[in-house]
Amino acid sequence: MNSRTTVVRCEVDADGIALLTIDYPGKSMNVIDQAFMDSLQHCIDRVRNDASIKGAIITSGKEAFVAGADLTAMEQNLENTADDPPPVLFEKYGSLSRLFRNLETCGKPVVAAINGVAMGGGFELALACHHRVLVDAPTAVVGLPEVQLGLLPGAGGTQRLPRLIGIQAAMPYLLEGKHATPQQALEAGLVHELAPPAELIARARRWLLETPKAVQPWDEKGFRFPGGNALDPRVAPAFVVGNTMLQANTHQNLPAPQAIQSCLYEGSLLPIDKALRVEVKYLMTVARGPVARGMVRTLFISKTKAEKGLHRPAGFPPFTSRKLGMIGAGMMGGGIALVAARRGVEVVLIDRDQATAERGKGYAEKSLSKQVERGRMTPDKRDAILARIHPSTDYELLRDADMVVEAVFEDRAVKAEVTRRLDAVLPADCVLASNTSALPITLLAQASTRPERFIGLHFFSPADKMPLVEVIRGKATNDATLARALDFVGQLKKTPIVVNDARGFFTSRFIGAFVDDAIGMVAEGVNPALIENCARHAGMPVGPLAITDELSIDLSVHAGEAQAKEFPDEYRPGRSVPVLRKLFELGRLGRKNGKGFYDYDESGKVLWPGLAELYPLKPVQPKPHDLKQRILYVQAVEAARAMEEGVLLSPADGDLGAIFGVGYPAYTGGPFCFIDGVGVAAFVAEADRLADLFGEQLRPPQLLRDMASRGQTFYGRTAIAARQGRFA
Amino acid sequence: MDAFIFDHVRTPRARGKADGSLHEVTSVWLASRPLAALAERNRLDASAVEEVVMGCVSPVGEQGGNIARMAVLAADWDQTVPAISVERACGSGLEAVAIAAGKVMSGQADLTVGAGVESMSRVPMGSSGGAWAQDPTMSAKTHFIMQGVSADLLATLHGQTRRDLDAYAVESHRRAARAWSEGRFARSVTPVKDFVGLTLIERDETVRPETTIESLSALKPAFAEMGQKYGYDAVALQRYPQLQRIEHMHHAGNSSGIVDGAGAVLLGSAAAAAKHDLKPRARIRSFAAIGSDPTLMLDGPAAAARRALERAGMQPSDIDLWELNEAFSTVVLTFMSVMGVPHECINVNGGAIAMGHPLGASGAMILGTALDELERTGKGAALVSLCVAAGMATAMVIERV
Repeated sequence: MNSRTTVVRCEVDADGIALLTIDYPGKSMNVIDQAFMDSLQHCIDRVRNDASIKGAIITSGKEAFVAGADLTAMEQNLENTADDPPPVLFEKYGSLSRLFRNLETCGKPVVAAINGVAMGGGFELALACHHRVLVDAPTAVVGLPEVQLGLLPGAGGTQRLPRLIGIQAAMPYLLEGKHATPQQALEAGLVHELAPPAELIARARRWLLETPKAVQPWDEKGFRFPGGNALDPRVAPAFVVGNTMLQANTHQNLPAPQAIQSCLYEGSLLPIDKALRVEVKYLMTVARGPVARGMVRTLFISKTKAEKGLHRPAGFPPFTSRKLGMIGAGMMGGGIALVAARRGVEVVLIDRDQATAERGKGYAEKSLSKQVERGRMTPDKRDAILARIHPSTDYELLRDADMVVEAVFEDRAVKAEVTRRLDAVLPADCVLASNTSALPITLLAQASTRPERFIGLHFFSPADKMPLVEVIRGKATNDATLARALDFVGQLKKTPIVVNDARGFFTSRFIGAFVDDAIGMVAEGVNPALIENCARHAGMPVGPLAITDELSIDLSVHAGEAQAKEFPDEYRPGRSVPVLRKLFELGRLGRKNGKGFYDYDESGKVLWPGLAELYPLKPVQPKPHDLKQRILYVQAVEAARAMEEGVLLSPADGDLGAIFGVGYPAYTGGPFCFIDGVGVAAFVAEADRLADLFGEQLRPPQLLRDMASRGQTFYGRTAIAARQGRFA
Repeated sequence: MDAFIFDHVRTPRARGKADGSLHEVTSVWLASRPLAALAERNRLDASAVEEVVMGCVSPVGEQGGNIARMAVLAADWDQTVPAISVERACGSGLEAVAIAAGKVMSGQADLTVGAGVESMSRVPMGSSGGAWAQDPTMSAKTHFIMQGVSADLLATLHGQTRRDLDAYAVESHRRAARAWSEGRFARSVTPVKDFVGLTLIERDETVRPETTIESLSALKPAFAEMGQKYGYDAVALQRYPQLQRIEHMHHAGNSSGIVDGAGAVLLGSAAAAAKHDLKPRARIRSFAAIGSDPTLMLDGPAAAARRALERAGMQPSDIDLWELNEAFSTVVLTFMSVMGVPHECINVNGGAIAMGHPLGASGAMILGTALDELERTGKGAALVSLCVAAGMATAMVIERV
């Protein structure tokens, strides 16, 4: 769109009221970009200069008001502004903020008639209006979600909101990206009034005609910060304690909430114009960092692309499952059954005996009843969902199933038996998906008479909460099957990644690299507390020793043994194996028997002191910084290997899988954003340094060395070409 | 040029609460009492004083606006006497003496006073705010935690037990009680009278000789909830990830008490001694301050002591008497183990755990306590030190003449 595009229409009526309608041509949603800004500035100038105009209403011609900034354009801008000097950046990042300031100081009263969703810059536009009327409709929601993508509301959001409702009340909206429904928005003071859809413009007009005011509270003489500014004794504790809580929760890995906290603190001590300048400075600092870029790329752009069918083969009609066969009614099977039933799919939940199958349905009953108790669901809705889950032992019920997922015991023979029974009853076009987390799909498919209809759908536990599904294409899997599987994942409203078939696929080998290396540190004599703390401080949700205890040590030992038996040629025992075996032999099985890496009692857990006798501590411990790097790098190097080997088709799959599947820290944007953010050449140098210190598991693969020498990246203008299709 | 100590006075320390004996006098009045006493007992023409340096840690409200100058005028000293307030947190009082001594040593003044005041009951600790805790940027940059959590962190790092800390506290009370009963503070403590002449306080109010390890064991750790609930432990572990957790062991009984008090030290050159007929009691050999980790913040005295000793050309073995502010039990226990100082040579007359820690005054008080003890025992050299918030410490070496 060029800058002459009319994004905002301006119509003036007989009363001298200008109706500014944001209606971006050719888009389903209004987004904020240069054309929008130019068009709005044009309208503001007209409102200001035309003496016949008494006031203005800003509304939208779309279903939503304004969805926020154009993040795709923003991601490109982040790259384009990389080398700009600070004065140029300050100009660029401040342009929207200045536009909104022009709006609120144009001398004429302006009302926002918010007719639907107003997020981010859209809500900041409304905050810059002198009056806000919000449509009272269930679809309407307002908020400033920037922090969730590593950004901050940089067009006045961090300044106007606290000046409206006070610093402490503004904090959850700014620091957590909390949204507000119309009722909440009215009660919190985010808007002045609610109106039914049909009356929205009339209410806005009435305010303009009856009680117009063209000056914001913060521009009036004698303005007092509601609740006090940051140094007010009533507010100061929110900073003293709030600053610490922020660090405790983010480990200083997230610059955005830190910057927002500073905007609130510094900004509240300044008049609005100076405060807006400070906000822009923090915005440009945050926006140019690797964290914002990685989070925008993965959490928004890549996620959206994946959900819109990045890897879905064309030429197959859209598929909607009506009847799912769910084989295995354990926690995973029960979870998947619940998700599918919620999406309107009839689910036959099969296990070896009726009681087990019923227990699987019990998972759904418990989960939904909890929601009913909390008032988030009606009993009728719950009952309707539960009525779609049919526990049974009878495979005959699957004769008209269009999709089957098996989540039985991770054993090839058991899975092969299930596959044979399914082949006997399933319709020809029904897809059979295995939820295995480690067994190769190609091998499992050999048990089927129709390996081309066989695919891997790796859900994560608990399946009703975890957003990711890793779709694994076996050697024989055909495109129709992939298309149908991806449509099914979309129907469940999960985010899919597509990977090729190799041991551990992507996510299992990726998290495995971390846990294996971390347990290996114990054998090296690294202080276990240091390992756990460094992992958490690097951003991992749980320490590696704690997570191993949770999963149980016998499970890890048996999984290793199974792999060794299954793949005698490929299997290489990890560095963790001797440690796990030792604990297993000592009867330390993890949390389930109260002793593993930790000792457990009612008051909590303490690292088992006996570990230090088995593995005496090195007299000189590694530096915490090096350990944190090691934890992030060992996984990123493994991801690069998976890319090199062709397991991954695109960096987006790796980044989404790492963050949404196995808890790689979101602030990195995933391993490939992380490598790009560090810089490929710098990453290679650091990985080599770490490999020299800690071992070859950290040695970067040739792919990265080649990319470094060619100046290539995983994303952006210098990105390597994405791979096509499956590997040989 | 040498700086000599001619005299030292301090007020008794009163509980720093609304029912404390000094709560009813203004902090300026409190600050002026040691000055008035110095002039009176030395029959000194105060107009000869060329500088009064006064430590004060919460210089806001009635302690704000350069309380030192108001104290000089409240003491009815001549208007020609200038005054400056200094703030180096808990080291302020000793720093005031160091600056006052520095003016003499550099030949820019002949007669000065180093002093300190804190009316914690009237201007509560933390009243001056500051960027360290409040400004999000500085809080993050320094890994700010509450000082009590720092104390627990230091104790955890050194493997000290609750019993170690409590035993130290019990001994502080025992020694303070003994010192009072034997009149060891008599030379320096001057009772505080109010403006109509009523005597408000004659003795330190918080000494409890009946304190035992058993009685202390009933006290709950004071900083556990703060540490665990408000994130301070988590932030501490970000700086010290080798620890599994912070053991919360400090409480009101093994931490310094909150009190009101003031103290002052009269300093000057040999020429001033002759001119004003003052007797030098000790020479200031050296003083030094250091910076250390702001999160841990309480481990600085050893480094400050080493720097001061080095500057004096002395060894730890040259020091007969050590005086280290008892901010928390762990501060002294850690110093003893790091410096190899035996318990019988340090804080021999008790300290702030028993008698209280009037923040800005403590340094100017314990310097005098050390001097009195050197004279009582006929010993030669003492080293005085205090740990300082945000990771600092200050130390001074004095020697009897």
